[in-house]
Amino acid sequence: MISKRIELMVGLFLLAGISAILVLGIKVADSQLGGNSASYQLTAKFDNIGGLKVRSAIKVGGVVVGRVSSISLDEDFSPNVTMDIDTQYNQFPDSSSVAILTSGLLGEQFIGLTPGFVDEETELLTNGDAIEDTRSAMVLEDLIGQFLYGSNDD
Amino acid sequence: MLDKRLQSLGRHGVDFITGAGRAGALLIGALKPAGRGLKLLPLLIKQLYIVGVQSLIIIVVSGLFIGMVLSLQGYTILVGYGAEQSLGQMVALSLLRELGPVVSALLFAGRAGSALTAEIGLMKSNEQLSSLEMMAIDPLHQVIAPRFWAGIISLPLLSAIFSTVGILGGHLVGVDWLGVDTGAFWSVMQASVEWQEDIVNGGIKSLVFAVVVTWIALHKGYDAVPTSEGISKATTSTVVQSSLAILGLDFVLTALMFG
Repeated sequence: MISKRIELMVGLFLLAGISAILVLGIKVADSQLGGNSASYQLTAKFDNIGGLKVRSAIKVGGVVVGRVSSISLDEDFSPNVTMDIDTQYNQFPDSSSVAILTSGLLGEQFIGLTPGFVDEETELLTNGDAIEDTRSAMVLEDLIGQFLYGSNDD
Repeated sequence: MLDKRLQSLGRHGVDFITGAGRAGALLIGALKPAGRGLKLLPLLIKQLYIVGVQSLIIIVVSGLFIGMVLSLQGYTILVGYGAEQSLGQMVALSLLRELGPVVSALLFAGRAGSALTAEIGLMKSNEQLSSLEMMAIDPLHQVIAPRFWAGIISLPLLSAIFSTVGILGGHLVGVDWLGVDTGAFWSVMQASVEWQEDIVNGGIKSLVFAVVVTWIALHKGYDAVPTSEGISKATTSTVVQSSLAILGLDFVLTALMFG
């Protein structure tokens, strides 16, 4: 018959293997296994989202406050981005603006959220609201094109 | 002369096909439910110990060193572009997609596969398998099936441990020695590694390798010529054929998954 020691070692081995998979899932891939319970959704419409992807970061002053949850194309052919924002950051006024920015010269793209002014007329953004003030991604080809045509006009 | 060659070609072809047939019969016989599944659990645990636990040390040590080497090599290349922040991404992706499943399967073939072949070959040569049949116990159920399942359970777990230890080794060299920022190391990695795309696909790879390696090892042992020379030949060809199968299948799987 097999000894208790072998059973114990096999149990430890299985445990080590499963915890390795969990470490890979949580620490390395940073997946949200527990579901995204503590977040609310905002939407924003852009002209061009450049290289933005699902799960791209949403940053306020460099601090990640949420992630892009889905990207779709509206009936008027403008990209519509849905953002999951952490509920601990729920104090953004509806005068806030979003822009698609690039980290570094060749880095990946993220959404920069700039909180707007607050006065009597502004309200806080809540689940499902759309941010009106958006600035699209800089596309290198467009910039070069503008530069070329701009110099031709002179 | 020519007809001799033709004969030998034909013999090899026929040998190959009958071998494949016997291997298939072995697999089906081992996987056919025997109606005494729970009685096999102690056997499975013992095999998990031999196949899995005893392979753990070699997997952990090689994972650590491969992660460290990857990190060192990657750093010297990436620093030329000022992109050493991406070290974590490089280490994690190469381990999860390629090196974790492939290297742990190669080590598994050398460490556990050869042992399985030798053990079963020896069982056959001193007629333990025939004695089981004499007692109306199907050796496919008693001997082959627990070893097969132990291999299939062990290798994906070993490969996950390999990748995890490798990433920690990469962190050790990249962050603690070469001075890459630890926040950048993890955040770039987390931004680029996807659960479905990288980890699940790596797991599928290592599951396929587990089936292939264990199957080849068991078939070679069960089919060995029951002499000392035959067993040594069978053990060698287990390691050679499993390694070739792993590398070949890895290309096919990579082309399907990431191509």
